[in-house]
Amino acid sequence: MSASTTRVRAIYLKEFREYRRNWSIVSTMAAVPLGIVVFPLILVIALPASAADSLGGDPLVILLGIPAIVPSIVAAYAIVGERVQGTLEPLLTTAISSAELVVAKGLAALVPSLAISYGMYMVFVVVTELFAQPLVASAVLQWPYVLAQLAFTPLLAVLSIWIGFAISARVSDIRVAQQMGALSSLPMLLVAYLISFGVIHMTLALALAIAAVLVVLDGWGWRVVAAAFDRERLITATK
Amino acid sequence: MALGQKSGPALAAYGLGKRFGDRVACEDVSFEIGYGEVFGFLGPNGAGKTTTVRTLSTLIAPTSGSATVAGIPLTPENHTEIRQRISVMPESPGLYPRLTVAENLECFAGLYALANPRQRVDRVLAAVDLADRADDPCGKLSKGLRQRVSLARALLNEDADVVFLDEPTSGLDPLASREVHDLIDGLRQRGVTVFLTTHRLDEAERLCDRVALLNTRLRAVGRPDELRQLMFASTLTVRTLAPLAEPGPLFGGLPALESWRVDADGTYQLSVSDVNIAAPAVTRALAASGADVLSIGESQHSLEDVYVQLIGDDERADE
Repeated sequence: MSASTTRVRAIYLKEFREYRRNWSIVSTMAAVPLGIVVFPLILVIALPASAADSLGGDPLVILLGIPAIVPSIVAAYAIVGERVQGTLEPLLTTAISSAELVVAKGLAALVPSLAISYGMYMVFVVVTELFAQPLVASAVLQWPYVLAQLAFTPLLAVLSIWIGFAISARVSDIRVAQQMGALSSLPMLLVAYLISFGVIHMTLALALAIAAVLVVLDGWGWRVVAAAFDRERLITATK
Repeated sequence: MALGQKSGPALAAYGLGKRFGDRVACEDVSFEIGYGEVFGFLGPNGAGKTTTVRTLSTLIAPTSGSATVAGIPLTPENHTEIRQRISVMPESPGLYPRLTVAENLECFAGLYALANPRQRVDRVLAAVDLADRADDPCGKLSKGLRQRVSLARALLNEDADVVFLDEPTSGLDPLASREVHDLIDGLRQRGVTVFLTTHRLDEAERLCDRVALLNTRLRAVGRPDELRQLMFASTLTVRTLAPLAEPGPLFGGLPALESWRVDADGTYQLSVSDVNIAAPAVTRALAASGADVLSIGESQHSLEDVYVQLIGDDERADE
C-alpha cells in the first residue's frame, strides 16, 4: 500500500469511527432519508389502480433529495468538526496533502451517503412491489427512472459534498455548518420536487442536460474545494 | 546537496516575519539550532511564538525572511518533505474525543505511513506511561492524561528530526512533568532537535541548551547563563551580625568591585565585574576589619529575571 493510500485510509477510517459515535450525524443520516421517503411511499401505496395511467416514475425523483441533502450535512462537519475539537492543526502538520485530505473526507461522506440513498431506494422499490396496486407499481418502477436514479445519486452526492466542504472550511460552528449545508441543498431538492409533481416534465434530453451540468459542477467543485483546503486558509481563516 | 542532510543547522530562521494585513505577528526572527539541541522559545502572550511555530511547521507562509527546517529550505515545494521530518505538539491536545487513545494514535501512525503502526503505538504509549489506558475514549481522560496522549502522538513520527512542543507540561503534575522532561532528554540524546515553547521559565532553564526571548521581534538568544551575564552584573551578597562601622572605605578600594548598596534588612549587595577576584578580596577585607560575617555568597539571577527585565523594558517603552 502506498504512503498516499495509507494516509487516505487513516482519515477515512477515523471519519467512519467518528460518524458511528456521533449521535447528531447518525440521527441526521437516519431522520432525513426517512422524512423524504415516507411521503412518496404513502402516496404510491394509497393510489388506486385507476391512477396508474397518470403516473410516470416521477414519485421516484423525490428520493434524489436524499443524496442532495445527507452528504452536505455530513460533509459540513468535516473541517469545522476538526477545528472545534482542536484536531485541525495536528492533522495539517502531518504529511497528508490537501488532495489526500479532500479524497479521504470526501469518500467518508460519499460511501455512507450512497449506501443510505440506494438503501432507501431499495426499500421504496420493495415496499411498492409488495403493497402498491400492481398497475401502480409497474407504472412507478419504470427502467428509465430506475437508471436515472442510479446515475443521478452519485452525481448529486458529490456536488452536495463539495458544497458541504466549502461551507465547513469557512465557518467555526458545527451547527451553523450543518444548517447551511442543509439549506444549500434546497435548490436541488426543489428541482426534484418540481419534476416529481409534474411541473417540470422529465425527458431524456432534459435528463442528459441535468447530468451534464452535474458532471461539470462536480469537476468545478473539486477545484474550488481543493483551493479551500489550503492550510493557511484553514488555520487562520484569512488570505 | 541532498535535502535534509545533517551537516548544517536542524532549524534556522533568517529575518523571518509574518504579517496579517496591517498586524505584525512577528518580524526579523533569526536563529540557528543544531541537531540534538533543546531550544526554548519564550515570550508573552501575543508575542508571535505560535505564528513562528506555524510558519516553521509549514502551516502558514512567511511574509518575509527565509528558513530551513530539518535542513530543508522552507519553500512551498518542500512542504510535504518537511512535514515528514517534523512532529508538532500544539498547546491544545487536539484529540478526537470519541476515539480511544489507541485509535487516535493509529490514525496519526497512518498519516505518518509508519511501517509497523501497532508496534509504534504500543511503544509511545509505554513511553508516556499510558499503555493501560489505550482503550479509553480520549474525551473521558483528564487534562493531564490528554496532554500525555498528545505528547505520545508527537513521538510517533520515527523520521522526525525536529519536534515542536508547545507547553508540553501544561496541566501535568510534578511527577508527570519530570517524565516529560526525561522524554525530552531522550529526544536530545537521539539527536532530535526540540523546539520548546513554554511559559515555565524554570523548565526552560532546566531543559534548554539555549533560549530565545520573543516579543514580536527577537529580544535575545543564548544560553540561559549567557543571558544572565549579559543582563546582570554578578552580585555578592554579604550578611553580617551587626552593621559594618565604615562600609564605604572597606569596600571602596577592592578589586573588581564596581558598586555596593545596603538593603533594608542590613544585607550588603556588592556588584562585581569578576566574582573570582572580588569574592576573596571581600572576604579578606571583612576578616581584617573584624566584622562578624554570617555569609558571603554569589547572588544568582534566574532566567525569569532576564525575562522580566527584557519584556518589562518593552512594555515600559510601549507605555
